[in-house]
Amino acid sequence: MKMKWALLTILFTIATVLTGCDNPLMVLDPKGPVAATQANVIMISIWTMAFVVLVVVVLYVLMILKYRASKQSDDYEPPHIEGSKVLEIIWVAIPILIVAFLSVVTVKTTNEVEATPKGYEKQEPLVIYASSSNWKWHFSYPEEDIETVNYLFLPTDRPIEFKLYSFGPIASFWIPQLGGQKYAMSDMVTTLHLAADVPGEYMGRNSNFSGSGFAQQTFNVNVLPTKEYDKWVDEIKATAKPITEDKFNELLEPGHVGQSTFTGTHLKFSPAPEGENSGHHHGTSDTEKTDSEESSKDSHEGHSEHSNH
Amino acid sequence: MDYFDRFAVPHPSPAIYASMIAIGLTMIAVVAGITYFKKWGYLWREWLTTVDHKRIGIMYILSALLMLFRGGADALMMRAQTAVPDNGLLDGQHYNEIFTTHGVVMILFMAMPFIIGLMNIVTPLQVGARDVAFPRLNAVSFWLFFMGAMLFNISFVVGGSPDAGWTSYFPLAGNEFAESVGSNYYAIAIQIAGIGTLLTGINFIVTILKMRAPGMSLMKMPMFTWSILITNFIIVFAFPVLTVALALMTMDRLFGTQFFAMANGGSDMLWANLFWVWGHPEVYIVILPAFGIYSEIISTFARRNLYGYNSMVISMVAISTLSFVVWAHHFYTMGHGAMVNGIFSITTMAIAVPTGVKIFNWLFTLWKGKIVFTVPMLYSLAFIPIFTLGGVTGVMLAMASADYQYHNTMFLVAHFHYVLIPGTVFAVLAGFTYWWPKMFGFMLSEKIGKWSFWFITISFNVTFFPMFITGLDGQARRMYTYSESTGYGPLNMLSFVGAIGLAIGFALILYNIYWSTRYASRNISNDPWDARSLEWATHTPIPEYNFAVVPTVDSTEAFWDSKKKGFKLFSGKIEKIHMPNNSGVPFILSCIFFVWGFAMVFSMWIIAIIATIGIFACMTLRSFEKDHGRYISVEEIEETENKLRGAK
Repeated sequence: MKMKWALLTILFTIATVLTGCDNPLMVLDPKGPVAATQANVIMISIWTMAFVVLVVVVLYVLMILKYRASKQSDDYEPPHIEGSKVLEIIWVAIPILIVAFLSVVTVKTTNEVEATPKGYEKQEPLVIYASSSNWKWHFSYPEEDIETVNYLFLPTDRPIEFKLYSFGPIASFWIPQLGGQKYAMSDMVTTLHLAADVPGEYMGRNSNFSGSGFAQQTFNVNVLPTKEYDKWVDEIKATAKPITEDKFNELLEPGHVGQSTFTGTHLKFSPAPEGENSGHHHGTSDTEKTDSEESSKDSHEGHSEHSNH
Repeated sequence: MDYFDRFAVPHPSPAIYASMIAIGLTMIAVVAGITYFKKWGYLWREWLTTVDHKRIGIMYILSALLMLFRGGADALMMRAQTAVPDNGLLDGQHYNEIFTTHGVVMILFMAMPFIIGLMNIVTPLQVGARDVAFPRLNAVSFWLFFMGAMLFNISFVVGGSPDAGWTSYFPLAGNEFAESVGSNYYAIAIQIAGIGTLLTGINFIVTILKMRAPGMSLMKMPMFTWSILITNFIIVFAFPVLTVALALMTMDRLFGTQFFAMANGGSDMLWANLFWVWGHPEVYIVILPAFGIYSEIISTFARRNLYGYNSMVISMVAISTLSFVVWAHHFYTMGHGAMVNGIFSITTMAIAVPTGVKIFNWLFTLWKGKIVFTVPMLYSLAFIPIFTLGGVTGVMLAMASADYQYHNTMFLVAHFHYVLIPGTVFAVLAGFTYWWPKMFGFMLSEKIGKWSFWFITISFNVTFFPMFITGLDGQARRMYTYSESTGYGPLNMLSFVGAIGLAIGFALILYNIYWSTRYASRNISNDPWDARSLEWATHTPIPEYNFAVVPTVDSTEAFWDSKKKGFKLFSGKIEKIHMPNNSGVPFILSCIFFVWGFAMVFSMWIIAIIATIGIFACMTLRSFEKDHGRYISVEEIEETENKLRGAK
């Protein structure tokens, strides 16, 4: 009995907390198309699963209330029941339908979030190399020819392609309000597609445990309207010092550093592990394909291996 | 002195020194106590050399309880550290060590041995056998597990605990980033225990396939036995992967190979794949026996046969098969593209179907039943709705696109605790209480048991439910601290409060054991729960040969039929019984394994080589030893039987 009320309270709390509006949970408060897709999937799955839980709990409460020994006469002998083909087919078939529905949702949206976001296909994506070292993030903007440490400026309304890799343990690049995470690893480059709709300041972090300084491996994300973003880039170019190999190696030393800004990128003297620099030289690896196709064709074609359309 | 520096803990703290002293004093007290009471001979004859499945099972369970409190202490420290923002109770390094050991200890040295302990005690009885197929191998299994667990546990006072997470991902666990011997302990201690588990797998498959009582066809086996058979098949298929992965890890760390290194063609992703090819089936190794335990208990206390026996068996086979084709869902975010992730999402969600079948079958076992709310039944009933929450959040996590947001967060932590605690922990507590009278000849107190049940069940939800919410709010797992501005403080404090409640609940279990040992009535029947399967058909305490006459079976519930329909379970007369002899070799072999492991951890090659020779010497000795066992005479059996009958 107590159980039932506890459960109902819990369910009710989930529903209120998740749909509550004054202080929405980060993942359910998207500021870009990828995170929005994911928040939708999460809500679809929560409601579908709430239905499943409801069915189970209702049956459960009925059974416990009705068939407790204290409600039956002492000489009641429960019958021997083998099972029921019809009932068993029902509780195989309905879950299969639910799983099929969720599978369609999953496959469709996984393809979506692994490609340039819808509505942004026509634009040239902004490519940013995001590399992790213990316990920092280095952001290289090849197009602008600048580099930042532990903070990120992004323009709104332009697709962004993060090229992720690591100078150490596996890290996971995550900006919850812009979209889900992806691993940064030392022997290959992975691609994460994001875009931001709403200007603002967001939290970004490494979410994959990477040693003693992991908890503080965070970075700030500033999303600006395109004009202000361009102004920021010009300012950096006018004021920041160029990054040198020595300076970069100093930054790679394990530890925490504050935010800093440079002109140029470390990619020139310390290229990302893709193409010929990849850790794997066997056969046609994913990264090599990305590299060669990217240099020859437009971005949509170049990432066809991530999506099936 | 330089030589001894390696044994120092790299990041000492007062807590560690205090533990060292406590461990030292306890050891001295134990040795002194045994000597004072002149119990060395008893210990050696009755326990250290035993090959009896019941005693081995009890030793498994005692070790598991010990490890439960070790892992629980880690958990309590973790929750205390994260209870308030910017807490300075533990430093990052210490926190990393305890969440690593918490994971390893709870999965490998608590859940597994608890399950294997119950399996040891119950399975041979349920199939009407006198012991397992290979009793001496069974002793080897136990002692290897025990020595592996001990080796792992001394890490925190000698040389340093592993600190790379229980998943031990490379390159973090490689020499470059994990310089202390902690990860050596991980590789070698788990390896030793893992070999023991693999042997258990073979042993129980043979026991169940070859030693069932006459008439017990596969489809007449009790559901617990079915779950054990399937589990052991998973063990035999999954554990070799772990053996190989850990061997490669050992070579990487000790001999400079680069299987999982970043350079020279090694791959960190290879470790992740190998680990989870074992790791996911491992989850089902600890959950399927739990399903078996619940099936027994729910049917016993609903006073009804299990609903949908056939579909219960089929669904377990389906789950075990699917468990091998879902491993990549542990790292959707590794960048293997939408196609691969889509396939693994579908296979993962498919597991919900057979699991759902089981949930509904349990619910319909209650239908038209006559439910008695004993402590084992309370755990089993609490399991159904809580596990359903764990299951449905599992389906949510299975959806790759959304998983990019859940991965590495507290949402995931909440999910797997919602599956493993009501799944495995409640099951072993239920099974422990349920089979306790068969093991020890008296019942545990129902009253204290109910108190601990409510403490554990409510506190469990208070501890872990908030994590779903903080996870969706972006709290990553394994963070030793967070700033106040994140707003995670209040819910983490709530988790800590829950954790204290859990600690009280588990402490009450200990108190229950103490109280019942002192005060509980010894005058109980062989079948105190009015149960349905064969383990209740023999005497309490169980004679070493289990059954004086091997039972004959013609249905899934032959013992129930013998009580209700007058079915004759024991026909035939008493004959002399062939039993295996005790042997000290398994214990000695495992001690040498311990020395070998310790030497390997610290790269002390000469000792390692001598120990390796010792290991092979023990195996050679066994190969040439002529031990045909012994016979218990008819007179002796009759005498025992009369005494046991008279005791009632």
